Amino acid sequence: MSAPLLAIDHVGVRFGGLVAIADLHFDVHRGEIVSLIGPNGAGKTTAFNVMTGFLKPSRGQVRFRGTPLGGLQPHEIVRLGLARTFQRTSVFPDDTVFDNVMIGLHRRGASGDHPRLLDTLLGRDGAAERASRGRALELLDRVGLAARAGEKAGALAYGEQRLVGVALALASNPTMLLLDEPVSGMNASETQVFVRLIRGIRDDGITILLVEHDMPMVMAVSDRIAVLNHGRLIAQGPPAAIRTDPAVIEAYLGQGSAAREAAHRAAAVRETSDA
Amino acid sequence: MTRLAPLAVLAGLGLLPLALGTNPYLLNAMITTGILIIAAMSLNLLLGFTGQLSLGHIAFFGIGAYVSALTSLGFDVDLGFGLRVVHAPWPAAIGFPLAILAAGACGWLVGRLSFRVRGAYFVIVTISFAEVVRLVALNWVELTQGPLALTGIPAFTLGLPGLGTWTLKTKLQNYYLVLSVGTLCYLIVARLVGSRFGRAMRGLKENESLALSVGIDATRTLTIAAVISAGMAGAAGSLYAHYLRIIDPDVFQFSTTVTMVIMVVGGGKGTLLGPIIGGVIFGMLPVALRPVMAPEAQWMVYGLVLIAILFVVPKGIVPGLAGLVRRRAGPAPAPLAAEVHP
Repeated sequence: MSAPLLAIDHVGVRFGGLVAIADLHFDVHRGEIVSLIGPNGAGKTTAFNVMTGFLKPSRGQVRFRGTPLGGLQPHEIVRLGLARTFQRTSVFPDDTVFDNVMIGLHRRGASGDHPRLLDTLLGRDGAAERASRGRALELLDRVGLAARAGEKAGALAYGEQRLVGVALALASNPTMLLLDEPVSGMNASETQVFVRLIRGIRDDGITILLVEHDMPMVMAVSDRIAVLNHGRLIAQGPPAAIRTDPAVIEAYLGQGSAAREAAHRAAAVRETSDA
Repeated sequence: MTRLAPLAVLAGLGLLPLALGTNPYLLNAMITTGILIIAAMSLNLLLGFTGQLSLGHIAFFGIGAYVSALTSLGFDVDLGFGLRVVHAPWPAAIGFPLAILAAGACGWLVGRLSFRVRGAYFVIVTISFAEVVRLVALNWVELTQGPLALTGIPAFTLGLPGLGTWTLKTKLQNYYLVLSVGTLCYLIVARLVGSRFGRAMRGLKENESLALSVGIDATRTLTIAAVISAGMAGAAGSLYAHYLRIIDPDVFQFSTTVTMVIMVVGGGKGTLLGPIIGGVIFGMLPVALRPVMAPEAQWMVYGLVLIAILFVVPKGIVPGLAGLVRRRAGPAPAPLAAEVHP
């Protein structure tokens, strides 16, 4: 297999005596959609914060395209092509949806063709500004918010704010996208549209890692699932394997349920063989 | 309508002396108010657009005033260790850009020191900085004359090749000089906030984590804003020194910073016209009040007027008026095609 796009190498995070992540070790490869799941408090968002430079790990390191991310600031990491969305506050609330994306286009990808401050003062940023506006409209169209462009982002429904967040993350022209609970606050049909959007983004060559609680959505969209519990990876593999993994069932449903599940399955097998 | 408002304000301010006649007392109040408005616009760049409150903004103003004054007066200072710095007087027109550079450099220093932690720390660092600068101006008598004041500061002299030179000694000339510099500062702020840089400032103010996550460098953006803001305050200080032609350490009074904050908050922070509207109201208020009450009592009226304004329009006059216009015009339209593809 080729070198992983994102490598989380035995990362640990402690806040004083509290161990948020004990030992996290997994890779994401180019072109995959990987989900990171786990019960509340398992350390998923903490893991995201480490990967994007908002938190420094107590030990271990994260490498993106082979570059160690230790010591890099969040704004430097996104410039390498690793973008993220946020669970709760995914918009600039006082600006219009259109202006949100314009703010998101700050770097406009790796090309770095944004105007310099002096050009701005002399009024020589017209062409770059026009290009940004065109790109902003494209991005809004992409996430299905073109009709909302003039509305204040803070006034949008929760699910629509998630979409603004995705447009903002895409604005940085990333190689890989980290989505933190992207469908929370969405109803079933909105979620379905969102799954199509994620697949489309992947088909454009953007690798995706997502944290999500909506299990049907996770099972439907993921190539691979990694399960975190008490800051430790307890299982990883394709959705079908995760669904029946005893350790995963135990983590979600509590001790004993895995044994019950096994007995259940044994009984089912007996029934079919009796028939 | 929003595009015409600044032009209307400019035309009004340009014609004002013709309408009011050349009453020297009134002109003097208008000039000092204009200078304070420039300082308030510079404060608004930080307070209104990045959300950082500089309560030592008067330091940049005062540094501009002293640098410009000392450049044009010359000085002879013994630094100890046998080091002696002698500076021969230069024209006031050179003092002006030097004032901007010196104040901007101080803005950079203060910004670097405090923007890593921001918020309350920035407020404290700016207050302390202003106090330190005031004490230096007060006690370094050899350079600044201390409380004896720097006197005899020359007026600005403008020269155009082939057309001769003018020394701006009359109040009317100074009024138009202040108006020109003010217009330039307004244009700079307007360009900045409408650009990619302005969007970075707004992003940081509204949601810092999200702004970082789209690649905005917080320290760099805020430091640049502080440098530009401080430089502009320095320009105002230079205008002040060459207009009054005498300055003492009282230019560093904390109350002047408070006046600037009142102008910005009353007019509407984070708006382009806010500091101008607020500046005219609070700058000219003493003129209206002088016949009826003592200067000390005027401060109470100041406070009452500010409370009244914020009671009626909590975000300041300009956002309040804009909201009124919008409500009268009906619900906000979807983005205009013209806005998106001009």
